[in-house]
Amino acid sequence: MQLQSMYQEIILDHYRNPHGRGLREPFEAEVHHVNPTCGDEVTLRVHLDGDTIADVSYEGMGCSISQASVSAMYDLVVGRTVPEALETGEHFKTLMQSKGDASVAEQLEDQLEDAVAFAGVSKYPARIKCALMSWMALKDASARAWQGVN
Amino acid sequence: MTVTVSRPAGAQQVPLPLDVEAIRADFPILSRTVRDGRRLVYLDSGATSQKPRSVLDAERDFYENHNAAPHRGAHQLAEEATGLYEAARAAVGRFIGAPETEVVFTRNTTEAINLVAYALSNAATAKEKAFRRYAVGQGDEIVVTEMEHHANLVPWQQLCERTGATLRWLGLTDEGRLDLADLGTVVNERTKLVAVTQQSNILGTINPLERIVARAHEVGALVLVDGAQSVPHQPVDVTELGADFLVFSGHKMLGPTGVGVLWGRYEVLDALPPFLTGGSMIEVVRMEGSTFMPPPQRFEAGVPMTAQVIGLGAAVEYLERLGMANVHAHEEALTGYALEQLQAIPGVTVIGPPDTVARGGAISFTVEGIHPHDVGQVLDDLGIAVRVGHHCAWPVVRRFGVPATTRATFYVHTGYDDVDALVEGVRAAQRFFGTTPEEAPA
Repeated sequence: MQLQSMYQEIILDHYRNPHGRGLREPFEAEVHHVNPTCGDEVTLRVHLDGDTIADVSYEGMGCSISQASVSAMYDLVVGRTVPEALETGEHFKTLMQSKGDASVAEQLEDQLEDAVAFAGVSKYPARIKCALMSWMALKDASARAWQGVN
Repeated sequence: MTVTVSRPAGAQQVPLPLDVEAIRADFPILSRTVRDGRRLVYLDSGATSQKPRSVLDAERDFYENHNAAPHRGAHQLAEEATGLYEAARAAVGRFIGAPETEVVFTRNTTEAINLVAYALSNAATAKEKAFRRYAVGQGDEIVVTEMEHHANLVPWQQLCERTGATLRWLGLTDEGRLDLADLGTVVNERTKLVAVTQQSNILGTINPLERIVARAHEVGALVLVDGAQSVPHQPVDVTELGADFLVFSGHKMLGPTGVGVLWGRYEVLDALPPFLTGGSMIEVVRMEGSTFMPPPQRFEAGVPMTAQVIGLGAAVEYLERLGMANVHAHEEALTGYALEQLQAIPGVTVIGPPDTVARGGAISFTVEGIHPHDVGQVLDDLGIAVRVGHHCAWPVVRRFGVPATTRATFYVHTGYDDVDALVEGVRAAQRFFGTTPEEAPA
């Protein structure tokens, strides 16, 4: 079985016990993103304190990869500035495009922490969009929140 | 080929009408392996079917020996290409009991439905009065059902948006059958067309078309039957069907991608304006305006997908050799077995009719605690190809309150071993995600 390379224990942990799940107040922007090929969806709110992401709250339904991804993202971006969070998102995208190249994952280990466990997903093209959905939602929501504040 | 092969063991394994091993040998792709040397268990024919060698050979032979644009040119190759193209049309017509003049080749089912939908809105502004007979406009109604594939829903929504007509629909019962309780009011004097699938691609339900056709014709409405999931799997005869249009795709019935069929009653086709216009479909062209050929040419603008049409002709001949009644009986046996085996797994829920009564070989199910994508991933790891998601029938999954389903679909090369692999695969997914009911956390 090759499945373990994608379903790392860390991913399954995030899936079973998601961090930061639930929609909370206050927030400056809320977005709803859908993956039209499979029907997975996420509603995501961003609350800013100055430039800093004070909270990301979310509800959604989807596969283990999409749900674990949003949970790992929550850990990574809350407390960071919007530009830092977006940069982390770019790193995550790079990881998703790595086609299983272990050296890419190694280089990004410090920046991505738990989320580096998603490296195995990059070998399954059909699942990459599952992992990226929450990051796309974050990019969208933080851009809107940022516009609202500045 | 109606050899009855007894298969080993298993009380519910009634003898299958088709010789699975002999048929598998006809499909080159079934001899390849996937995911580290595993046998390919292809349970996704509902999305697209695999192709037997005779279909591949027909396409190759056309390109190698006869390639030319049909219906133009005065050379020998053009004559041969035209002959092969029209022979395929005759074969497809014979397959559904229709004269060849009523068979229009399209790109796929989706395009065939769009052809009709656009013809009905184009009719309102057609210059020739003869083309306005079926015009759809304000005050008119189009009826669909809640179980339609997006291809038989969105084009009608769009037709209504273009014309100001109203879209109405028949709902579903909890068992995944059409709720016909309000058929008499939903289909009424304002109804211009009823578009309904013969077999649901997601639920597997085979619909009672006689009642719907009878009611539609009683009020003077046209009926379009989506046969994408029925024509490949059961005998379909347009005379028995009694509808006005039947649409289906080549690639779901062992044929190539890029070819579909619109069958229409000649009298109806003849009263429709064209959808796509250009070469091949014209009678006389002047700078001031043009006149059009009679059906089916009126609806086949441009150089057609000749090789694909010829490939579809070969697919139809392959299916005729097996016999469509045998194909249907084969899938019915597999479906009964699979329904029994799957529903015996704790945590598995079948979305759709629970038995083989008026039901085809498309089985959608959910596995408690595991998202369909994850079920599909475990199955894929075992070499089993299924479809996951909403199956282009989003209103259906919404109706049943699930985000998506896993769907297995059967065809002529499917055997009990494939179903057993699926059942074992679902159990493997439960073990992998720790949701086997015995182990499940309370």
